[in-house]
Amino acid sequence: MKPIKKDYIRPLDIRHGCIDMGHGAGGRAAAQLIEELFLAAFDNEFLRQGNDGAVFAPPALPPGARLVMATDGHVVSPLFFPGGDVGCLSVHGTVNDVAMSGAQPLYLTASFILEEGFPLMDLKRIVDSMARAARETGVPVITGDTKVVERGKGDGVFISTTGLGVVAPGVDIAGSNARPGDVVLLSGTIGEHGVAVLSQRESLEFETTIESDTAALHTLVAAMLQAAPGGVRVLRDPTRGGLATTLNEIARQSGAGMLLDEAAIPVLPQVEAACELLGLDPLYIANEGKLIAICAPEAADAVLAAMRNHPLGQATARIGTVTEDAHHFVQMTTRFGGRRVVDWLSGEQLPRIC
Amino acid sequence: MKYIDEFRDGDIARKIAARLAEEARPERAYSFMEFCGGHTHAISRYGIADLLPPNVRMVHGPGCPVCVLPIGRIDMAIQLALEHGAIVCSYGDTLRVPASGGLSLVKAKARGGDIRMVYSAADALEIARQNPEREVVFFAIGFETTTPPTALAIRDAHRTQLKNFSVLCCHVLTPAAITHILESPEVRQYGTVPLDGFVGPAHVSIVIGFEPYVQFAIDYQKPVVIAGFEPLDVMQAILMLVRQINEGRAVVENEFSRAVTRHGNQNAQALMAEIFEQRESFEWRGLGEVPASALKIRLAYVQFDAESRFKLTYQPVADNKACECGAILRGVKKPTDCKIFGTVCTPENPVGSCMVSSEGACAAHYSYGRFRDIPVVAQKS
Repeated sequence: MKPIKKDYIRPLDIRHGCIDMGHGAGGRAAAQLIEELFLAAFDNEFLRQGNDGAVFAPPALPPGARLVMATDGHVVSPLFFPGGDVGCLSVHGTVNDVAMSGAQPLYLTASFILEEGFPLMDLKRIVDSMARAARETGVPVITGDTKVVERGKGDGVFISTTGLGVVAPGVDIAGSNARPGDVVLLSGTIGEHGVAVLSQRESLEFETTIESDTAALHTLVAAMLQAAPGGVRVLRDPTRGGLATTLNEIARQSGAGMLLDEAAIPVLPQVEAACELLGLDPLYIANEGKLIAICAPEAADAVLAAMRNHPLGQATARIGTVTEDAHHFVQMTTRFGGRRVVDWLSGEQLPRIC
Repeated sequence: MKYIDEFRDGDIARKIAARLAEEARPERAYSFMEFCGGHTHAISRYGIADLLPPNVRMVHGPGCPVCVLPIGRIDMAIQLALEHGAIVCSYGDTLRVPASGGLSLVKAKARGGDIRMVYSAADALEIARQNPEREVVFFAIGFETTTPPTALAIRDAHRTQLKNFSVLCCHVLTPAAITHILESPEVRQYGTVPLDGFVGPAHVSIVIGFEPYVQFAIDYQKPVVIAGFEPLDVMQAILMLVRQINEGRAVVENEFSRAVTRHGNQNAQALMAEIFEQRESFEWRGLGEVPASALKIRLAYVQFDAESRFKLTYQPVADNKACECGAILRGVKKPTDCKIFGTVCTPENPVGSCMVSSEGACAAHYSYGRFRDIPVVAQKS
């Protein structure tokens, strides 16, 4: 008997090829794109099942443990920026959202919206970067989806990711947990991500050594929770809207105020200079690898020490305290010695940064 | 940051504050107007009011270019984008100013207008070069600071015979506005706005020099201290004003000597004179029609004048009745005197222009200073 001849399919021409409508039509072209590009990069046992969804056994949960889900869309422009790209950003962003509940992230899902005409070479770069980030963080992408929209109806690539994680028993972290007297910690310098993205904008290009701080913060969170069980009350990553907006969110959720010390907030001189030039305020610029922790006063030293011991928290600073304030104002003692409100961001400071 | 941090030093600020407390005479009050929005912003952002003795009061002036732009002018820009299909290039802080019919440039963009934020007139020129098949209009606003770059763009467009570029010129003049305030009945007749002196413009003065204020200080017997936009500049200028008042002097002094000279940037002035001429009169939001207070493009460059190119006519639009921007811009009222401040009118939904730009008196107070209006229990860190 003659062996059945394997279908010959020309491999994807990644070097010269582009996304066309066929890649989203569910036929051979779609299957090939998934196999040669996505599966090759993300390869793991769940994806190899080849089903519409990933089937996995629920993690063994001790009593009192809970599951966390978080989802995040990534529409950054430009797609590649100093220090990262939309691919690794889409992993870090969602891993961080899960971690900010005090959870250990387990799995990710990814949904791609591709624009007709998008170069396969760029897509491969993005997917490889995403797969590398997933491997480094130890959180695999276990199921996904790809859609193609007509030219002009997308902006290259949009990536939505969803994460699943587990919160250990006894860990209670929420934006509403801040209490007057608590200490506000910040894990490092602010503003790098927003400025790095901005520096690549077509209309604005300027040369800079500033790189995005995009990073997964779950191991930092784990170290903090271990150092002071029950001592960390609020965790949040100051992404869009920056430090100022995130602190205002927490203040409102917790029904409290805050008093910050401007001199204690770390900002790289390059970021400060770029902001000065462009008329922006680093307090409102996005970060992708920083977190704010609000801790019980008696736990603050231990949390601070654990953060400074972690590579992603070496520049952690104590930037203020939670106050009693019926108006939920975030206030700041300026370096100048006066006091002012640090308000919500109004309107947009920068378009599409994450 | 070098050359910046030196002018934001808290220790020096406290020293100047101590001297102010020593020299300001307790038996009298001092009321100074900072003309520029840049100063208003610095005062609010750095909390300078906290460092002044209680009898030294700062009155916010009309020097925020976005705030004094009348609604009718923004309507013209929107009309260019939506009806004439032009690419309208605008500075960022003009984008959210409310216009007629619930629109603003941002909202017009959402309705399909091609409106782009630029950092300079040169960027608009570049957009025109890249889009030869489209009409590109630069929405030129601002005082003497932003006027020379607009003039340069028009001259460049003229030299390179650029066919698709024009300017909606709304440039206004500082000295005319200061005089207008001092001539206002509130200051001259009723004395409801006691003004003892002015913190004079920073960047405007780099261009026009401090000479234009000399006669004005003598005529009105009001001291003027030209000051930079950094917080220490402002503190030092206030101290200099207090000293002039105490010594009975009323002259122009230049605190911003690192940038401002007596005659200013004469190349820039010559360029402005080549391209622009004075308008007979121009409507300012809050101040109304002010004679000889704005510029228009000279006839020789009329092809770059969007008003004539698109046959636009200016339609004045009345402000919202409850809005007190007019009185606030003249220093007659404070933001908190306005009924809709912080309730109906907020930075998210600005009713009046003073709430739009961070340099506007209302936005500055709302964003940085409103905790002072209500008792707040704050723990010391």
